Amino acid sequence: MVDNRQQWKAWLYLAPAIVLLLIFTVWPIINTVVMSFMEGYSGLLKAGGQASFSIGVNNFARVIGQPTFQQSLKNTILLCVLTVPISTVLALLIAVALNSIKVFQKGLQTVFFLPYVTNSIAIGMVFAAMFNIIGNIGTRREVISSYGVINDLIRFISGNPNPKNYINWINNGSDYWANMFVMVVYIVWNALPFKILVLLGGLQSINKQYYDAAKVDSTPRWRVLTRITVPLLSPMLAYVVITGFIGGFKEYTSIVGIFGENMGPAHAPGRMNTMVGLIYDSLEQNKQGEASAAALILFGIILVVTMINLWVSKKKTHY
Amino acid sequence: MSENTTKIMQARDMKKKGTTQKVGKVFGLIGVYAFLLIMAIIVLFPFYWMLISSLKSLAEYRLSPPTFIPRAFLFSNYIDAFTTANLGRLFLNTMYVGVVSTLLSLVITIFTAFAFARLEFKGKELLFAALLATMMIPGELFTITNFSTVISFGWLNTYTVLIVPFLVSIFYIYLLRQNFLQIPNELYLAAKVDGTSDFKYLWKVMVPLSLPTLISITILKMMGAWNSYIWPRLVANDEAHRMITNGLRNAFTTTSGDVNYPVQMAAVALVSAPLFLVFVFLRKYIMSGVSRSGIKG
Repeated sequence: MVDNRQQWKAWLYLAPAIVLLLIFTVWPIINTVVMSFMEGYSGLLKAGGQASFSIGVNNFARVIGQPTFQQSLKNTILLCVLTVPISTVLALLIAVALNSIKVFQKGLQTVFFLPYVTNSIAIGMVFAAMFNIIGNIGTRREVISSYGVINDLIRFISGNPNPKNYINWINNGSDYWANMFVMVVYIVWNALPFKILVLLGGLQSINKQYYDAAKVDSTPRWRVLTRITVPLLSPMLAYVVITGFIGGFKEYTSIVGIFGENMGPAHAPGRMNTMVGLIYDSLEQNKQGEASAAALILFGIILVVTMINLWVSKKKTHY
Repeated sequence: MSENTTKIMQARDMKKKGTTQKVGKVFGLIGVYAFLLIMAIIVLFPFYWMLISSLKSLAEYRLSPPTFIPRAFLFSNYIDAFTTANLGRLFLNTMYVGVVSTLLSLVITIFTAFAFARLEFKGKELLFAALLATMMIPGELFTITNFSTVISFGWLNTYTVLIVPFLVSIFYIYLLRQNFLQIPNELYLAAKVDGTSDFKYLWKVMVPLSLPTLISITILKMMGAWNSYIWPRLVANDEAHRMITNGLRNAFTTTSGDVNYPVQMAAVALVSAPLFLVFVFLRKYIMSGVSRSGIKG
């Protein structure tokens, strides 16, 4: 039996959280849904907004119809589809390797966790510096003083120091796929630590008996990995894939880190924009209606992708 | 053939088999270490590049092929970085926001987690499930309305706007509630018999017993303040309240012309350094907090 005194006390303990949640979580959920149906709504009157609006689904149509939306959606999906599998497979291999050694295990584990404790804008600037070409590039009169360390390494490894042998990664006049490659490298580098940590934790809880049985049968390493480790690790793998996709669809600051707020190389600003970037662009232009519609679309996409992930993992995971 | 010879031959066969297996194992182990070493070098390379670049002169930085150890260590880059990006002010702003928001957030989290773990009230399970459900919603959805809300509160360009909207974290409440639930009920009943109040029991027994989780929350919250970028850019991007990440990005936005890259790298190193120090000393807490979250910062 719950007595009234304790009820009253419980709500007192909850009060601060409830008040803040009502203002900053519950109200925004309601308001965003409402605003998304207020066509052409721009709420901030001081910033030149107007109070008049009509009700309809035009916001959704306008957002989807924008070429920037299609570009952002394409970028976001590409980043997800490329980075999640690459980072998951790499993290799995590293975790399995870490789990199989004794000497230096702790030290290497620490090294692989390091990228987690970084500021994604700050280290993005380091990656940009590594890929950056210094000089007057992308113009008729090209003068290059430094190719950037990545180009230098490629030239060194390929043994071809020809000045023409370089790739314009992120500078003026660079190719879309070169930009995308840099983003994928950076995001994978950033995503590895969390995945390794979770997968290694999972590996360490697998019963050693399975491996002893495989040893008695002298099962080859590859079969042990695909037939024992991966199935037993499947709940953890599902977890890192799902969180990876959710994170991937919310990708934004890593692009700001590399390209700055231009969201693209100098000749094509906005080319690398993502869904989240699109929402903030609408918000900064005082178009709350469209921003809300874009946010709901993003939420819908994340929900659908997570459902698909859960559905697939339910079929494939082995508990 | 005598029995003895057979025995010897058998032993030799066994030995041979053992050696090939051992050789295979050694090669396998070398392969594993080689793979890990290469990956570790790739993972560490950006940090190495940041450090050596931050110590070079601009002329040396521009060399192609580059030098992998600076010819002369130019520590003055760090002083330049500190003044160019006005890092001192940014550090203070960020520390203030981080400390205040962590303290307030801890108090709110402790109270809420206690109510959910120990007290009985109508609709407890339903409310908790509803709170967990909000974790699925992307933060951008809240930002749109919160932006208008804080403007109507008149909070633009204040510390309040950087602290208050993020004080409640459902994830931290969840984490602490799980920890509180593990504390045996007998302890609570014993305290009740002794006439200890709920409030006193919470602070004298439950909080000390949950210290590791509270430390994890503190670190994650501080890291969150250190890495926040989008919200501060929207609502508090003036000199007086600017946060460190925004300051860093703003100070070096021009990608054309004569950007002093070594100074930029020195600024990046200075901004990264506190995170590394925290990591070195409190690795255990960060890793245990992170593995349960899937959330960065």
